Amino acid sequence: MNREGMTLIVRTVTRISVWLIILYGIYIALHGHLTPGGGFAGGVIISLAFLNVTLAYGRKFTSRWLDIGLLGDIEASSASLILALGIMGMAFGGGFLANFLSHGKLFHLVSAGTIPIYNILIGAKVGMALFVVVWTLAITRIGEEEEQ
Amino acid sequence: MILPFFVIIPLLAAFLITLISGKKDNWAIILSILAELSVLVLAVFCYFFKLDDVFVYSMSGWKIPYTICLVQDALSCFMLIVVSTIALVSLIFSVTYIRHLVTSWRYYALFMLLVTGMNGVIVTGDLFNLFVFMEIALFSAYALVSYGRKAEEFEAAFKYAIMGSVSSSLILVGIAITYSYTSSLTMATIAETLKTKPVEVTYWLGGLFLAGFGLKAAMVPFHAWLPDAHSSAPAPISSMLSGVLIKSLGVYTIVRLFFNVFGAPALFGTLLLVFGTLSIIVASFLAIGQWDIKRLLAYSSISQIGFILVGFGVGNFLGILGAIFHLLSHAIFKSLLFYNTGAVEMALGTRDMRQMGDLRKALPVTSFTSMVGSLAIMGMPPFNGFFSKLFIIMALIKAKLYFVAFLVVGGSILTIAYFVKFQRYGFRGDRVIEKDMVKEPISFGMKFSMGFLAVLCLLTSVMLIPGIREAVIDPVINVIANKTGYIQSVLSGR
Repeated sequence: MNREGMTLIVRTVTRISVWLIILYGIYIALHGHLTPGGGFAGGVIISLAFLNVTLAYGRKFTSRWLDIGLLGDIEASSASLILALGIMGMAFGGGFLANFLSHGKLFHLVSAGTIPIYNILIGAKVGMALFVVVWTLAITRIGEEEEQ
Repeated sequence: MILPFFVIIPLLAAFLITLISGKKDNWAIILSILAELSVLVLAVFCYFFKLDDVFVYSMSGWKIPYTICLVQDALSCFMLIVVSTIALVSLIFSVTYIRHLVTSWRYYALFMLLVTGMNGVIVTGDLFNLFVFMEIALFSAYALVSYGRKAEEFEAAFKYAIMGSVSSSLILVGIAITYSYTSSLTMATIAETLKTKPVEVTYWLGGLFLAGFGLKAAMVPFHAWLPDAHSSAPAPISSMLSGVLIKSLGVYTIVRLFFNVFGAPALFGTLLLVFGTLSIIVASFLAIGQWDIKRLLAYSSISQIGFILVGFGVGNFLGILGAIFHLLSHAIFKSLLFYNTGAVEMALGTRDMRQMGDLRKALPVTSFTSMVGSLAIMGMPPFNGFFSKLFIIMALIKAKLYFVAFLVVGGSILTIAYFVKFQRYGFRGDRVIEKDMVKEPISFGMKFSMGFLAVLCLLTSVMLIPGIREAVIDPVINVIANKTGYIQSVLSGR
């Protein structure tokens, strides 16, 4: 049992709630074209779930539980995919970032063309980026190298 | 169809660099140089083949009041060429210089984001989009200033971030007021609507934007962040910041907004003249007292920005010609001089002029190119700095502003004073530095970038030969001088 992190109560609540928070973030990002919210809001909620774990269990446990390098890669690749989708809009639609897929029926989950895809990608980008930013601030000290 | 690629290519390069480069920086160097080279080729293509036309690109296929539009005219092509040339040469200079600090691909990813932001500010025709791209460029600049990870660099970056945020919030308030008055964010439609509104609205907006963008351009009452930030950054980043960032974020946006959108009311011309003259005189006096070579160059940047603002403030043909040409020539020789300081710092490990001496034997290329750069910035005849200062002073005399002309001449004499000091103590001093006193040798890439810009200091004077000038610079001047022409050409392109 490591001594980092908070008390047993906080840890138990976090262990149960973290998955609910992630699920809620995914819901917000997926329904971005139907309800208030969207990729950015969903991404922020997902990153808060990871931050909860960092606060409750400490840095050591989190670095074993999550592959921080992989999170960085997910972030960069989703950003590149957004750009690729934008260039596809130039090829098939009227311009950069154009909505070139069929719009579907109103208020259906699979509708609105490329907008849900952008929401998912932005959710992944924002969620990983915000968490990595706070993580980097937590582990870096001025004058020392990063302790990775 | 070319326009969005000025943003897409560097942005994609930034993300790919973080993906594919492992611990080493080889892939990052290759990718960033390829990306910058392709942006430069596209910019040259736009400049020489489509110079007289105005192209409007609507993002995602919407029409103009609803879309974010990108606008390509002679002025933006010109700025794109300046930015991509300096960025490419800085990348070549960076290869060994950054390895000497910290070997990391992060530098190249941040560099590409900086270029993305500047290119975006230049091509966009939408006011809020301009704000977003400006923030991209600024945030990567904050990170790059503190790249060396020393305490004073963090302090400089923090100061820069605070001042940058203050000015950005002023600009944001200005954009909000503009939107509430005109119900539009496209610059051309804003300009159309503002004509029908009372003139006081324009004055209030102009005040907010002049303070905001003036802080980015480091005009004198707003200059306090620049000497710290530009002298703490790594040398290639100092040259990017002094050479192009303060011009694309500060001067270009001021020109675009005050000439093309607000139609250049006489009040703002006078304000630019006052602030420009103040910058020239105050910053020159501050520069003379410096012993740190990079701080001296940073203060000199403020003073040279003053020359550009005075040129635009006069507003006649000669003034705009001088300002545009000084913008180009200052980008070239100030970047060259910052490379020189970077090379000296790498070779001797100091930036203090009192610890330098006669470097002609130890660093022949560096001391020779620094002489070329100093002569150009002093305004000695065959170099480009002479012609730009000459045109600005002639414009002032033609506009019968004799007192301002007198102060500007005084400012250029002060420029000679502090660059004589720079040469006398920094590169041609009494203490002879032998070859074996050099800590790290200067690599070929660094010599190449210094030599290339030294050649450009001479070659760009060719652009002013009458036949070439009409083809190359006059279209740029027409965009600025023909104030409302921008509105018509953008709106007819919808």
